Amino acid sequence: MSHEQQTQKLVYMANQIAIFFASRPEQEAIGEIANHLRKFWEPRMREKIIDFAAHGGAGLMPRAEEAVKMLSQSTTSQSTTS
Amino acid sequence: MGLIHEIDFGTKAVSAENLVSLTIDGEIVRVPEGTSVMRAAMMMGTQIPKLCATDMLDSFGSCRLCLVEIEGRAGTPASCTTPVAEGMVVHTQNERLGKLRRGVMELYISDHPLDCLTCSANGDCELQDMAGAVGLRDVRYGYDGENHLAQAKDVSNPYFQFDPSKCIVCSRCVRACEEVQGTFALTIAGRGFDAKVSPGMEEKFFDSECVSCGACVQACPTATLMESSVVEIGQPEHSKVTTCAYCGVGCSFKAEMRGDQVVRMVPFKDGKANHGHSCVKGRFAWGYATHQDRITKPMIRAAITDPWREVSWDEAIAHTAAEFKRIQSQYGRNAVGGITSSRCTNEETYLVQKLIRAGFGNNNVDTCARVCHSPTGYGLSAAFGTSAGTQDFDSVEHADVMLLIGANPTDGHPVFASRMKKRLRDGAKLIVIDPRRIDLVRTPHIHASLHLPTRPGTNVAILTALAHVIVTENLVDTDFVRARCDGDSFGQWQDYVGQAQNSPEALENVTGVAPHLVREAARLYATGGNGAIYYGLGITEHSQGTTAVLALANLAMATGNLGRVGVGVNPLRGQNNVQGSCDMGSFPHELPGYRHISLTDVRESFEQAWGVTLESEPGLRIPNMLDAAIDGTFKGLYIQGEDIAQSDPDIKHITAGLSAMECVVVQDLFLNETAQFAHVFLPGSTFLEKNGTFTNAERRIQRVRKVMAPKNGYEDWQITQLLANALGYPMSYRHPSDIMDEIAALTPSFAGVSYDLLEREGSVQWPCNEAAPLGTPVMHMEHFVRGEGRFFVTEYVPTDEKVGPRFPLLLTTGRILSQYNVGAQTRRTENTAWHQEDLLEIHPFDAEQRGVIDGAWVKIASRAGETSLRAKITERVAPGVVYTTFHHPMTMANIVTTDYSDWATNCPEYKVTAVQVSLSNGPTDAQIAYATLGRTTRQIEIAAE
Ligand code: SF4
Ligand code: SF4
Ligand code: SF4
Ligand code: FES
Repeated sequence: MSHEQQTQKLVYMANQIAIFFASRPEQEAIGEIANHLRKFWEPRMREKIIDFAAHGGAGLMPRAEEAVKMLSQSTTSQSTTS
Repeated sequence: MGLIHEIDFGTKAVSAENLVSLTIDGEIVRVPEGTSVMRAAMMMGTQIPKLCATDMLDSFGSCRLCLVEIEGRAGTPASCTTPVAEGMVVHTQNERLGKLRRGVMELYISDHPLDCLTCSANGDCELQDMAGAVGLRDVRYGYDGENHLAQAKDVSNPYFQFDPSKCIVCSRCVRACEEVQGTFALTIAGRGFDAKVSPGMEEKFFDSECVSCGACVQACPTATLMESSVVEIGQPEHSKVTTCAYCGVGCSFKAEMRGDQVVRMVPFKDGKANHGHSCVKGRFAWGYATHQDRITKPMIRAAITDPWREVSWDEAIAHTAAEFKRIQSQYGRNAVGGITSSRCTNEETYLVQKLIRAGFGNNNVDTCARVCHSPTGYGLSAAFGTSAGTQDFDSVEHADVMLLIGANPTDGHPVFASRMKKRLRDGAKLIVIDPRRIDLVRTPHIHASLHLPTRPGTNVAILTALAHVIVTENLVDTDFVRARCDGDSFGQWQDYVGQAQNSPEALENVTGVAPHLVREAARLYATGGNGAIYYGLGITEHSQGTTAVLALANLAMATGNLGRVGVGVNPLRGQNNVQGSCDMGSFPHELPGYRHISLTDVRESFEQAWGVTLESEPGLRIPNMLDAAIDGTFKGLYIQGEDIAQSDPDIKHITAGLSAMECVVVQDLFLNETAQFAHVFLPGSTFLEKNGTFTNAERRIQRVRKVMAPKNGYEDWQITQLLANALGYPMSYRHPSDIMDEIAALTPSFAGVSYDLLEREGSVQWPCNEAAPLGTPVMHMEHFVRGEGRFFVTEYVPTDEKVGPRFPLLLTTGRILSQYNVGAQTRRTENTAWHQEDLLEIHPFDAEQRGVIDGAWVKIASRAGETSLRAKITERVAPGVVYTTFHHPMTMANIVTTDYSDWATNCPEYKVTAVQVSLSNGPTDAQIAYATLGRTTRQIEIAAE
């Protein structure tokens, strides 16, 4: 499996999570998705998807993309504070 | 150390609160109302002679050996069928009774072969004991009358034999098969002198309905039904109580031994999970422990194409440690990880995750529960606050309606299935939601009230439809919801499920289930009294596995079916210790006791105890490890007792991942499929060779006791300890009880658990702590562990694995009674007699369209791969659905399954794969190549002596 396919798999997984929270109000859902990624995804996986979102994020559902962005902000703020 | 003798009270215990006083042989005894005179006598230590009675069965009163005299009553009533009464005065022995009993015995013995000295039951025969007990000295009728001595033995069953010449027609076997097992395979054919025990319509045992559970063998008071192993070896001389290492029921057994040889495994009556019952696996299928394929010496090799080289333990451990250190210094700390086993003990699992977190310095630990019940953990934790089932097994006795979904207990959890069947025969109702017509839908004396044959992959839709009916027909238990649940989440859920698009009518084209069936099922579950949900992997192994678990939790909360006996949400766990392995912190994001690794205070408590700093980020899950390996960032894996190359989906992906690693360490009994890709093989020990504990599906922690020395030299926890020490992380446990003490000290839900407590109580169910010193049979009694129960909106999202013109059928997978999981153990026992190969079940309609006849080789292809196996034509599966098991590696069923997985946990979607089926000439090229590969990668270089 190529790197490209690997990333696509992560996109698919992030979208699956977004779909579960689809019935929630936008901001709450984005928070839940970001929280899920933070709690269950290993840092390598998070880095990859953050990087992917930063480079366009094509294929990520809007809420998943927002959540990834939120994640990247908190990761940055965490690393600057610690 | 001798044999553990369990008292046979003759009749069952009665739980009445009212006590009755009576006098037996001049002594006053107080017993619960409804107790038999026989049992009351035994409770004070007097054994009244008996043959047809035993305390596993309802009393029958046929042998007339247990006669007593009761003052003020005429005649000599049978004590097994006579209940006690206040003030009753009983005499169990006098001249008249002695004479009557001798008369009865004379009749039995006159038609019995007198080969006691050479009989396999010599020393363990109730007939012999009773002849002694009644003082039988001669038989007036002689031995030459008409008799049954010439009747032929039935040795068709691989594990027990039937010698009718020794049968006294007490019908204990027949009743055991009915009452305990619920199979009704035996009858008494004929009458009077011609009466004889007969499996089915005078068939052989093997050809009958018999499922080889052994209940009849255990019930038989003579040598008529006898374990073949006892016939071969002789009577056992010592025994220990231990726990079955197969399924999540966790049956207790006495391992009965002669020297260090197992003679037989006898279900233990005091076992709180099984109450003296068993299935064919735990009872008989332990021969794998000494199978010739077992590897007992460590082995290493530089490349997976090389033959294996046997080495000393020192060399194997030093080599492994050096390799892991090399990999970490070359590729980084996170380039290695490990997998714990749901077949190993709690202590062993705990130690592996400790080695990884503290020794490797990362959280790359996962377990086989990833591929089965990880959605249960996530779902029940989110809804209720704990990652476990809510009830004990005994609770089923108080259930009025059972909702069974995605589980096939008669095959997967047979002993619990027998409990369910008993309750169903007593009048409880059953709703089955399953694409297949599983055995419980119709089995002797049971007919499910409703069977909802869903299309595979539509569980969430059907559960939401049930919820729709409950909400729109005002069947919600509003008092319960108001008192116990989170109001906001309930409101959102109620609004959602109430929408018209969620009605059974609207969802019929998705689920394929007639709306009236869904409505009836919802009404029955909500209003039929105690409603208990039981579910299995048919719920979890889907891309919406977690959603479905949440949907079940919603249903139970909405109808108030939680927090008391007889109700609940109960996962039927696949492997013996899958609950335990999850409890012990086997998931990459959780420390023991389900506490997230990011929680500073929790992490600190472990850091303090373990003397290291722990990584606060979650590690990789199994599929992620393989992805990372293919990506080049993950290079070393320590796998204890797990066979991911056979059990996990999309084998091509797995083997690519394993092949990309530089050091794969497999610790197992056999060179399993994963070992083909390994560089180090550390031989493991069986459950007979170690001490420890397993935790079953009802959270019950039970002891595993060592009955023989490990054939490989070490118990598995010792191997992990050796590895930790070699890696420079010191461990110095002397016994698994030390490990349990550490677990208890660090895990609030285990705080009260110790080997001493288990010795005293037999077993306990966690949480076991100050608040519940003897454990917790039923959870969430007063309030949910998380406070208020939380509802989740569960929108049905069809899987992306869709049928189409290329792949028009849906494949779903499962298991059968005689085989266990990937079959590594059961394939190495006589159980293969029942299941020599995996078969593809296909509906006659689909078969005809493809020209497939029963037994023909067919090719099954999905977008992931293709494999061949033989077809079995059956109406058990609906048109459009095919089904197979995955017990045999050559089937390569998982070459066909895809890498789709659950959104929350990555639990693979085993239960739905779009496939095409076509005729084939035999195994595919890939299967043949795989068999060849298997032979080459399993070669062992014989070390020069
Ligand atoms: S082994 Fe079990 S199923 Fe078979 S006849 Fe005996 S009790 Fe019945
Ligand atoms: S086989 Fe054993 S249990 Fe069954 S009727 Fe004969 S003696 Fe009794
Ligand atoms: S396999 Fe399961 S049901 Fe069978 S004996 Fe073992 S624990 Fe009991
Ligand atoms: S034991 Fe009571 S009648 Fe047989």
